[in-house]
Amino acid sequence: MILGTRFGEYGGCFVPETLIPALEELEEAYRTIVPDPSFQKELSGYLTEFAGRETPLTLCRNISQDLGCRVYLKREDLLHSGAHKLNNALGQALLAKYMGKKRLIAETGAGQHGVATAIAGAVTGLPVDVYMGDVDIERQAPNVARMKLFGARVIPASSGTRTLKDAVNEALRDWTGNVRDTHYLIGSVVGPHPFPSLVRDFQRVIGTETRVQVLEREGRLPDAIVACVGGGSNAIGMFHPFLDDDVALYGVEAGGEGEGGRTGATLCKGSPGTLHGAYSYLLQDNYGQVAESHSVSAGLDYPGVGPEHSMLRDSSRVTYSSVTDREALDACLYLSRREGILPALESSHAVAYARNLAMSLDRDQVMVISLSGRGDKDLATVMEYAGVQV
Amino acid sequence: MTSGEERIACAFGAGKKPLVIAFTVAGDPDVPTSLAIMREMTAAGADIIELGLPWSDPVADGPVIQRADLRALSGGMNTDRLFDLVRRFRSEQEIPVILLTYANPVLRRGVDRFYLEAADAGIDGVVIADVPFEETAPFSAAARSSGIAQIAMVSPMTPPERISRIVSAGRGFIYLVAALGVTGVRQGTDPAAIDLLAAVKARTTLPVAPGFGISSPEQVREWEAAGADAVIVGSAIVQVIETRHGDPEGVVCGVGELIRALKHGCPDNAGTGLQGPSHGTPAW
Repeated sequence: MILGTRFGEYGGCFVPETLIPALEELEEAYRTIVPDPSFQKELSGYLTEFAGRETPLTLCRNISQDLGCRVYLKREDLLHSGAHKLNNALGQALLAKYMGKKRLIAETGAGQHGVATAIAGAVTGLPVDVYMGDVDIERQAPNVARMKLFGARVIPASSGTRTLKDAVNEALRDWTGNVRDTHYLIGSVVGPHPFPSLVRDFQRVIGTETRVQVLEREGRLPDAIVACVGGGSNAIGMFHPFLDDDVALYGVEAGGEGEGGRTGATLCKGSPGTLHGAYSYLLQDNYGQVAESHSVSAGLDYPGVGPEHSMLRDSSRVTYSSVTDREALDACLYLSRREGILPALESSHAVAYARNLAMSLDRDQVMVISLSGRGDKDLATVMEYAGVQV
Repeated sequence: MTSGEERIACAFGAGKKPLVIAFTVAGDPDVPTSLAIMREMTAAGADIIELGLPWSDPVADGPVIQRADLRALSGGMNTDRLFDLVRRFRSEQEIPVILLTYANPVLRRGVDRFYLEAADAGIDGVVIADVPFEETAPFSAAARSSGIAQIAMVSPMTPPERISRIVSAGRGFIYLVAALGVTGVRQGTDPAAIDLLAAVKARTTLPVAPGFGISSPEQVREWEAAGADAVIVGSAIVQVIETRHGDPEGVVCGVGELIRALKHGCPDNAGTGLQGPSHGTPAW
C-alpha cells in the first residue's frame, strides 16, 4: 500500500493474503482514477441528472418551534432509491467500470445498500449479486423485490447469525474466489483499507452540500450536526467537511433494548478488535468472539463500526451516544406528524437524539440533522408500534 | 527446551515428503473427542497437527470449517480451553502442533500474552488467516520472543516480488494457498498452484506446504511430484467429523482412515466418503 492504511491506530488490512493485491489495485484506482476530472465529471453527471443531487436542506418550522432552536434536515431521503447509499454505490460502480471489472457484489442488511447497488449496476451495465442474511430477506421483502426488479441476484447468507454481519462475510468469501474480475462494492465506511476512505469520499457530498446550503441560509456554520451511526457512512460523509470547524458533531448509535439489553451501540459499549478487515470498535466477548447486535433498524444492526469513527471517538472530536429502539420509533412518529416527513428508522435515531440535544441550544442556534433515508421500508414496524401505542 | 520452530524443522527433516499436516477444529465436536482425534492423527502417521481456534467470523473458510467453528463455539471452546487441550496433548506427544486462527482472538487476549501462553501450552507455530504481511509485525515479534514459528501465507494472487518479501519474514514453513477462494474440498489440482509452488521454492529454503482443497491421495501424489514438502488437509477431515457427528468412535476411526489413505497413497477416497463436484469449485 502506498497510502497510510490507518486512522490513528484504527483501520488496516486484516484480510486473507489473496485479497491484498485486489486492495492494492483498488488503492491505486482510488489515488489515480477518482481524482481524475473525467471520472469526477461523469460521476457528477450521474449524481445530478440520475440520482437527484443536490438534495434540499429543509428548515423544519414546526419542530424548530417545539424544540427551541433552528432545526434543518439534510434530505438524503429524497435521493433516488430513498437513501444516501446511492452516492457511494454510483461512485464505486463507476470506479469498477473504469477498472475494467465485470461484476459487482455487495452485502446488505435492510436492503438499502443492496437496492442502491442494484440500481448502480443497472445504470452502469454491470451484473450485481447481493448477499443478504436469510433472516433479513424474510423481514425486508419489498427491498428484495426491488433488487430483483433492477436485475440483481439476491443470494441468501445462511451462516452465523444470518444477518448483515454474515452477509459481509459471504461477500468477502465470494470476492476471495472471484477477485480478478469482481469488485466488492462495500456499503459503508467499514472493511479493509482503502474502503473506509473511498466510501467516505463518495459520501462527503452530503457534508459539502450542507456546508454551502447552511452558509447561504444562515450566513454562518451550524452549531451542531447530528447523524446516526451503524457502519457510519452517512455520518462520516456529513461530518468530514466540518472536522476542522467549530461545529459540535454528534453520532447516534442504536441503543437497542436499552440499559442491560441487546444493543447495536458499538462505540458506546464495545472495545477495539478486528472484524471485516479493519481494527475498530467491536461488540465482542472476552475471548474476541463477535457478539450479536440488535436494533429495530436493520441498517444499524451491526456489531462493528468504521475505523475513522473509532479515531474520532477516542479524540472526542465527535460525541457518540445512543438512543433506544423505543426512542427512535417515537421520533419517527414525531417527525411524521409534525413535518410530514417519514424518516427511516436509522435516521430516526438522529432525530431522537436531536430532540434532547435541542434543550441545550438557544432559539437562534442552528442544528442540522442528517436525514439519511426515508421510512417507507419501515412502515410495517412503525405501524405496528403506533398501533400498540394509540 | 525445544522451541516450536525447532520442533517443526525436525519434523521436516525426519519425515518422508510430503509430510501430512492434519487439521481439526479444537472442540469439534467436543474436547474429549478432539483429544482422541489428535491422538489418532498421530497414530495414523500425520506429521504435524494444525489445530483451529474457532472464530465467529471465519472469512477465509468455506462452509465445512465454518460449521465446525460454530459447533466448537457452541460447545464452549475458547482460548483457555484450547491451551488446556494442547497442554494435555503435549504431555504425551512430541508431534508439532500449530494453531490456525484469526486476528481478533489473539488481539483480545493481548498479542504478547497470547504467544507466551501458547508457547507454554506447547504450541509450535501460529498461522493467522486474516493477518497478511502488512499487519504481521506485532504478531511476528511476539512469536519470535516466545519461540513460536509465525507461519506466512502465499496465494495465487501474490505477485513475485511480494512472494520474496513474505517468505523472507516467514518461519517454520510457508503455507501455500493452493486455490483462490475459501477452504473446502476441491477435485484435482490447479496447475497455477503447482507453478506457484515452484515460484515460492525458488525464493526460500523454508519448506512449502500447500493447503486449501486437498483431500485425495491422488492430489497428494501430484503435490509430491511437484516437490511439495508437505500437504495440509483440512476440510476433508472436518467433513468426516461432521458426517459421523454423534458417533465419537466412528469420528476418530474415520479420521484415522483418511490420514492413512493420504499418507500411504491408498486408493482414492478411501474412508473419505466424499462426493466431489466438478473441477475447481468448492464442495460442501
